[in-house]
Amino acid sequence: MGSMPEKPRHGFGSLVTGLQEVCESGITKDLAWRRSQLKGIIRLLTEKEEEMFDVLRDDLGKHRAESYRDEIGALVKSVNHTLRNLERWAAPEKVQAPLVSFPATAIVVPEPLGVVLVFSCWNLPLGLALEPLSGAIAAGNAVVVKPSEFAPATAAFLASNLPKYLDPRAVKVVLGGPEVGEQLMEHRWDKVLFTGSARTGRIILTKAAKHLTPVALELGSKCPCIIDRLDSKRDTQIAVNRIFGGKWSLCAGQACLAIDYILVEDEFAPALIEVLKSTVKRFTATPDCMARILNEKHFKRLSNYLKDRKVAASVVHGGSVNPKTLTIEPTILLNPPLDSDIMTEEIFGPILPIITVKKIEDSMKFVRSKPKPLAIYAFTRNEKLKSRIINETSSGSVTFNDAVVQYVVEGLPFGGVGQSGSGQYHGKYSFELFSNKKAVFKRSFLIEFMFRYPPWDNGKIGMLRHVFNTNYVLLLLGLIGLRR
Amino acid sequence: MATEMEAEICDALYADVGKPETEAHVHEISLVKSSCLFALKNLKKWMKPKKVHARLMTFPSTARITKEPLGVVLVISAWNYPLLLSLDPVIGAIAAGNAVVLKPSEVAPATSSLLAELLPRYVDSTCIKVVEGGVSETTALLELKWDKIFYTGNSKVGRMVMASATKHLTPVVLELGGKCPVVVDSNINLHVTAKRIAAGKWGCNNGQACIAPDFIITTESFAPKLLEALKKVLEKFYGKDPLLSEDLSRVVTPNHFNRLLDLMDDEMVSDKIVFGGQRDEQKLKIAPTIFLDVPLDSAMMKEEIFGPLLPIITVEKIHESFGLINSMTKPLAAYLFTRDSKLQKQFESTISAGGMILNDTSVHLTNPHLPFGGVGESGTGSYHGRFTFDAFSHGKAVLHRGFGGEAKARYPPYSSAKLKILKGVLAGKLGAHIQAILGFPRGK
Repeated sequence: MGSMPEKPRHGFGSLVTGLQEVCESGITKDLAWRRSQLKGIIRLLTEKEEEMFDVLRDDLGKHRAESYRDEIGALVKSVNHTLRNLERWAAPEKVQAPLVSFPATAIVVPEPLGVVLVFSCWNLPLGLALEPLSGAIAAGNAVVVKPSEFAPATAAFLASNLPKYLDPRAVKVVLGGPEVGEQLMEHRWDKVLFTGSARTGRIILTKAAKHLTPVALELGSKCPCIIDRLDSKRDTQIAVNRIFGGKWSLCAGQACLAIDYILVEDEFAPALIEVLKSTVKRFTATPDCMARILNEKHFKRLSNYLKDRKVAASVVHGGSVNPKTLTIEPTILLNPPLDSDIMTEEIFGPILPIITVKKIEDSMKFVRSKPKPLAIYAFTRNEKLKSRIINETSSGSVTFNDAVVQYVVEGLPFGGVGQSGSGQYHGKYSFELFSNKKAVFKRSFLIEFMFRYPPWDNGKIGMLRHVFNTNYVLLLLGLIGLRR
Repeated sequence: MATEMEAEICDALYADVGKPETEAHVHEISLVKSSCLFALKNLKKWMKPKKVHARLMTFPSTARITKEPLGVVLVISAWNYPLLLSLDPVIGAIAAGNAVVLKPSEVAPATSSLLAELLPRYVDSTCIKVVEGGVSETTALLELKWDKIFYTGNSKVGRMVMASATKHLTPVVLELGGKCPVVVDSNINLHVTAKRIAAGKWGCNNGQACIAPDFIITTESFAPKLLEALKKVLEKFYGKDPLLSEDLSRVVTPNHFNRLLDLMDDEMVSDKIVFGGQRDEQKLKIAPTIFLDVPLDSAMMKEEIFGPLLPIITVEKIHESFGLINSMTKPLAAYLFTRDSKLQKQFESTISAGGMILNDTSVHLTNPHLPFGGVGESGTGSYHGRFTFDAFSHGKAVLHRGFGGEAKARYPPYSSAKLKILKGVLAGKLGAHIQAILGFPRGK
């Protein structure tokens, strides 16, 4: 597997200026070029599927079903959606022009921003690189992708294959670690999309401020899952299935959208835990159905959560760790201390704390006591509770009676708010994130109003009042009297 | 407030920048009023959750986008349109449901203290506050955690605002400046063009406006005609001695006055004056001044002028103007005067700017249906009308699913049969969906 030689340590000036020239030549703006690139991504996803399964398994131990469902398949769906809608999104939009400016047309024209930089993350290393890339290309930009060095097989795969399936003049891959990321940020970009931790996000933002580079941040958070009392056994089973899908099935909980912790009423908790335990047993019957922990550093971090004596005492299922295979079995905690690390930091792993409350309505206050999350999940049939959750909490998104699937609803924006990030993408939102919406106002020489110009007098001020009050009748009357 | 306190507002604006009463009405008071009325008229529509087509894949489900306030926001205003640039963003922030702190510019002290005094009388002062002050107060404010910061001003301070926002990962809107070019073709109505350029330049705070035409590009052959037309129009607007005209704003501070004198008297350009040049240090007034063919590497062509100096750059063919504009940083606005629709189309597709107007200057900011904002060095984010509401809102994605339509194929233990169904579902194949919902594959 070939990989691009690492860039010389002295910076990426020629890379950036080269891409600027490509943009100025108009290549990336051409709709036909954009379509060809998007089709190139589809071909890559189709022809290199097996290789992608391999690298994702190498990097994260992902089962091909998970890789397809969360990355490859989701990408195919998304890029096809973009292809179907590209012309419409790129078309100028006519807006209203005030009558007083007649004859005039007002339009908003989407145009590319120019040269954009995408920082991908290690947990969905393909998806978090190619989804933004497809949006940036759709909007007509030249793109540099910097994959995460923590998923090296996928990074090398991207470096060697993107140039084969996409136009290497306008789409580049840069490999390396944090130093490379910082060097890239020494330059001015027309937009940067960063997916990762808040700590690194701050470094990116600080460097961006020097050049006024606009940055979209997709960060992490503790995504809560509120579970109302569910009366039917079937409902409970389905809820638990979906909770499993939103936690352990998703890169072993190492995902920004994964359920971080559960909130449930005291009385309902035991029943829920029983169903969770039996479902976990069934779904993890074969060993390769859950991804492994990324690396030793994260493995240690997660194991350390369980080393806290009070947290260890709260384990009701699982808890065993295997440093050789870097696996941690699905672990459920019941009411660990709220000030423990596991309840103050984003878990990003296969440990699921359950916090009980007296009344389910109390869960909203709990959620509000923490920074705004990327997603809030709630399983309930109670319409009133649903309304309250929507209105009384703030998050990137809210999903009722399922988890994570909002990611593939193309019409919904994906992104955080507050500490979970800023800027939204997916589908049309990706296109807009990477576009400049240029306001264009066309006037004619035909009609000229004298009251626009000095020297000023009260008569003119009077006419202008009519204009701003859109009082066209008085305006017309005044004009008949005033017109020279 | 804008209606009842009109006289006081005009007085403050006159004290701060010597703004003629008409400009105070037209550019500030009236725009604030119409912005409020527009928000009131459309608020319900803007607040309504937007239904989104939820695809077959998540059937049965409904999807919506709900707008919610960001929380507590900071608006930092500028000195040249101290009322408008304070209240317009505040109106949008309130419409979106936020609590607001407004920091008016200390360089316009009369308006700043007027706002501090009046706003609490007219709005709920527990949620909307005015903080006055200069650099140290602004720095202290920027240290705090805001849900959004909206800054209007120059790019140097814009960088500092962005750097401060980093600490709390606060998103920002930056409305900055730039050199707004005006390309003037020969195929035009010359008199109307000259009037509209003059109105946009000297009629907007005497050139001290972010969207004021900064410089003109026209052909060598047409320049003399354009110059004559501009001279005629200027005399009509401001009389033979513009320094005596009540209709011209003064320069805001001695600092800016000296900055502009330095630009004017720079030996690279001082011999290129073709009109004007009069100045009155006592009154801080500079007359409309036009230059012809100043060197492109002169200070006047490298910085945003923000004053009544207007350089005319000539090119051989009008198309050369595009390359010149693209060699500079992206402006907040770009203007073109021509009847030639081919040239118009080329301009639209070749020049990147926050906004552009064909055959006029500045007026696009009065259209609340158009987003107003910069790109690149001229800023990030946009506002006016609905766009202000959106700038201060979070569009929360809400997906409602039911307990029906349970797809076994989603869950481990995985198998190739399950994978096949998942592939079909993701590809939108109806048959695969039906299989998934019916619980295929059966058995394990």
